[in-house]
Amino acid sequence: MRIEGKGRIDRSKVVHFTFDGRKYKGFKGDTVASALLANGVKLMGRSFKYHRPRGVLTAGSEEPNALVEVVGARNQTPNVRATMQEIFEGLNVRSQNRWPSLRFDLLSVNDLLSPFLSAGFYYKTFMWPRSLWERLYEPVIRRAAGLGSLSGTHDEGHYEKAYAFCDLLVVGAGPAGLMAALVAARAGADVILCEEDRLLGGRLLSADSNIDGKPAGAWLASVEAELRALSNVRVMTRTSVTGAYDGGVYSALERVGLHRGPRPDLPRECFWRITAAQVVLAAGALERPIAFPMNDRPGIMLASAAQTYLEKFGVVAGRRVVLFANNDGARAVARQLMAAGVSVAAILDSRLDASAVEDCPVYLGAEVTDTKGRLALREISGRHAGGAFQIDCDLLLVSGGWNPMVHLTCHMNGRPRWEASIAAFVPMADAVPNLRAAGACNGAFSTLECLAEGAQSAQSALQALGRAGGVTQVPRAEGLPYAITPLWAVEGKGRAWLDFANDVTTKDVKLSAQEGFASVEHMKRYTTQGMAPDQGKNSNIGALAVLADATGRAIPETGTTTYRPPFVPTSIAAMGAGGRGAGFAPQRFMTSDQASRDRGAPMIEAGLWYRPSYFPKPGETTWREACDREIAYVRHAVGVCDVSTLGKIDIQGKDAGRFLDLVYTNPFSTLPVGRVRYGLMLRDDGYVMDDGTSARLADDRYLMTTTTAAAGLVMRHLDFVHQAHCADWDVRFISVTEAWAQFAVAGPKARALINSLLDQPLGDFPFMAVGDVPLGSVSARLFRISFSGEEGYEIAVPTRYGEALFRDLVARAETMGGGPYGMEALNVLRIEKGFITHAEIHGRVTAFDIGAEKMVSGKKDCIGKRAAMRPGMLGPEREQMVGLKPLSEALITSGAHLFEPAADLTRVNSQGYTTSVGYSPMFGRYLALGFLVNGRARLGETVRLVDRLRGIDVPCEVCDPVFFDKAGEKLRA
Amino acid sequence: MPEYIAKTALEGRAPLDVAGTVLMEVDHGRIASIQPFPAQEKAVAKVLKPLGFGFPAVGKFAVKDGALIAWSGREQAFLIGVDCPDFGKAAAVTDQSGAWVSLDLNGPLAVQALARYVPMDLRLSAFGVGSAARTPLYHMSAVILRLGEDQFRIMVFRSMARTAWHEMEVALKTLAARAA
Repeated sequence: MRIEGKGRIDRSKVVHFTFDGRKYKGFKGDTVASALLANGVKLMGRSFKYHRPRGVLTAGSEEPNALVEVVGARNQTPNVRATMQEIFEGLNVRSQNRWPSLRFDLLSVNDLLSPFLSAGFYYKTFMWPRSLWERLYEPVIRRAAGLGSLSGTHDEGHYEKAYAFCDLLVVGAGPAGLMAALVAARAGADVILCEEDRLLGGRLLSADSNIDGKPAGAWLASVEAELRALSNVRVMTRTSVTGAYDGGVYSALERVGLHRGPRPDLPRECFWRITAAQVVLAAGALERPIAFPMNDRPGIMLASAAQTYLEKFGVVAGRRVVLFANNDGARAVARQLMAAGVSVAAILDSRLDASAVEDCPVYLGAEVTDTKGRLALREISGRHAGGAFQIDCDLLLVSGGWNPMVHLTCHMNGRPRWEASIAAFVPMADAVPNLRAAGACNGAFSTLECLAEGAQSAQSALQALGRAGGVTQVPRAEGLPYAITPLWAVEGKGRAWLDFANDVTTKDVKLSAQEGFASVEHMKRYTTQGMAPDQGKNSNIGALAVLADATGRAIPETGTTTYRPPFVPTSIAAMGAGGRGAGFAPQRFMTSDQASRDRGAPMIEAGLWYRPSYFPKPGETTWREACDREIAYVRHAVGVCDVSTLGKIDIQGKDAGRFLDLVYTNPFSTLPVGRVRYGLMLRDDGYVMDDGTSARLADDRYLMTTTTAAAGLVMRHLDFVHQAHCADWDVRFISVTEAWAQFAVAGPKARALINSLLDQPLGDFPFMAVGDVPLGSVSARLFRISFSGEEGYEIAVPTRYGEALFRDLVARAETMGGGPYGMEALNVLRIEKGFITHAEIHGRVTAFDIGAEKMVSGKKDCIGKRAAMRPGMLGPEREQMVGLKPLSEALITSGAHLFEPAADLTRVNSQGYTTSVGYSPMFGRYLALGFLVNGRARLGETVRLVDRLRGIDVPCEVCDPVFFDKAGEKLRA
Repeated sequence: MPEYIAKTALEGRAPLDVAGTVLMEVDHGRIASIQPFPAQEKAVAKVLKPLGFGFPAVGKFAVKDGALIAWSGREQAFLIGVDCPDFGKAAAVTDQSGAWVSLDLNGPLAVQALARYVPMDLRLSAFGVGSAARTPLYHMSAVILRLGEDQFRIMVFRSMARTAWHEMEVALKTLAARAA
């Protein structure tokens, strides 16, 4: 029911939306909850366990009952709080956890079974037979007890992440937050003001209060106008601050597009990381319910929620209202309702010493003992000193007092402090560095106190920032003290709910204590109280009070459970914004990328790079045909391959050679200028980190190459070694990976191809030589190195010329009967030659394992040398690298295990494994590299290569890892 | 001998204008990395002096006659847009000309677009005009220069040029959609 003249909705803009397939009208500014209440819809959900009919309890993000699914064209979002979801044209909302419909839910049979479904019933009931748990019990229970459902498809919505920095972060824009922001902003500080609601004002929007003698709305409007006009203030509405972290970092979730229809490029949510020098927490307080028998029916809501629906939305959810409260706060709600023309049948005040003077009947010392009405409240029963009574009503408003929102102050392991005068926990000071709580979240409930604490906390923050100013007159406002006599639970027949969202009653908590789960943390887990989407915002304090009573302890002694981020449910899609699909990591493209794609090459990821897998030709039907052809280019003519992805590090200085001696196992200070040497690098723990070649370009200059995969790792390692071990050495290094495009030219005709590029043919340019060569006006670097066993060169040019050179090299190679080759061919060529990659040096192998222990120089020390000599790092017990040649032409795979021919195929009998496999046209069969216990002493033996995943079991001969040209005559030709 | 054709990372890509904020590749010309050897700071400064530069302080850059020198990391600077003078034995120098792509981002959305990816305080009070930073741009290592209040140069590895462009485009279009 709408009340004319009330609410901050735009009545000129009618909005249509759908709930459970039925069309409804609301106004711009309505939430799903307010619009449904205005349409007379009270039933909005079914409870988690008992499937009881539920209506809306609150008007905020803490709502436990009215959880709905929002169905978009490409998204289905479960557990959306109807109290937070603003309506927009075309919004489609569905109730959840019911079948077949919300009004008639077959699973409400659970409600009748409730005597059997008490806390811990799973553990007691479904103990045996054990095998049925996974197959039967769990799936059935999961289907019956639940929240919303997911669509089962990827969330393809657009989300955003962002960073922000400020001098002062103000969390919450009620009177305290507004005052704090105003004081700090006027003093010139950079202020971010975050408000969860779409409107600034907090409780000022609901309460009927005056500031400086005028209605609070006037003050609110002038403050908002001032804040929005200041360039040093960023006002962020619809933004919930969700967590406090080290270093003054706060997370916040902004609802960007959730209240609007979908449109291109508009994100649904933005996940903010806000770094603030100072923080004022002005998050306010949450009203709490009272656990009385049958307190969960649609039509029972918090008094403050009714006040908000009335003042903010112009909605009253009933015609005949009863209030049940243990504090003075609820009286204002009754007066506001009556002023709006709503009939208040009675106020039941549980206190005996409260005032009985109101414009409606007031019963002191009264309690609600029962309620009636299946899908909506119809009648309540109560008792007081005069006896029992019944009242017809369709709306029962409850106030059990207020809980300050201490959450953020506890995110860094702080615990709140019990304040008996308000029967609530309040924040400990300094629980989060540089954060001050102000106003209701600090236990100061009157408007005047809120304004004063807001101003005061901003002044303290300004002082900490070293800023002058900040002296502001605190406006005059209501400063009535808050009076409460705690009442947590009402004894009586019937269940009294504490946690509406997870269906936890007072009986469950008492049972938990009785069965030995008396610690608040144990009780939480035994009953699941506080583990629903509202994270116990409505129930934690009530539940621990009941637990305290059941265990004979005081509330502060019982303590709270741990408040953890996020403060409100946060979609993982928002936290991971941008990281879906290709957004997960940068894509790196070589200069030859377009030329390779033009040739139809499928690209595969190597590190972050995209490299051609192979270059298909017309008529080829499998990748193997292309691969075999490309191998033939290299073995019989000339092949060209882009190898720019290998890491290149330019190392200069008088101590450059000394530095390389320290990081490589073998010496580099002895390398002559103009020559290249293969090097092996160990980690601190003695295992192989990387391998590659380094060239000496000048006396005091080297160029190191690393593998593609470990380029960043090696750079980081060098930085660490330099800064930690030899910061004073005369050495400087920098990555030049991207400064050079480098191409391998390999095969018997490689030299002829290189010569065709040069004005003068290469003279004496032996294996492992390096030198500058001119390509027209471009100065190129030529290396004679080979990763294929053939005569090979690598030619490097400044990256800008990379594409042009690649296209030229390929054209020349094709003219000579060769062409480009991709990663598949490259892999086979290096396996035939026994060259390792990170498939072999995978982090668990030593230099000894790969047969390179002689490369660990005895004449000098190096990183990892001592560690590599530890017992167990070398010897016959180690798995050593070997080649494996199948006795047949059968398929073998990498990742297969090796067994002795007669051994049982058990884990303990595994003698090793394969790391690389390729089909060698030269040998007419597959070849593998792998690791075999004491492998080097077992050449000629036969082992079984077994891949149980793919059903492969092939006898193989153990052989030297170099299958081809072990003497290296070809590459030195 | 025919000459090879040189290409920048995003050669031929037209500038992107989103609600008055423009993203465009700029050809930065030459880039040389300069890393002074220990105790060679004075010698390095002497070589730079004829260009009107000193070795940049941490987090700073300077512009002169179309050339630019920017702090680019620990004990490291990039000299951009000018031939690198001979530092002899005073500094390690490498050619980085083709190793980077330079994107200019100019306009009212620039700061907020960067704030989507750069975990750094971009307020003028913390990162004023003339500041340089080596910082992540989402998952990429970048050098970012503030040329003006709403004018930035973003440098990332050449191979990541397309990703950097894509990310900035997404950020700009998202901001424009928010304002619409």
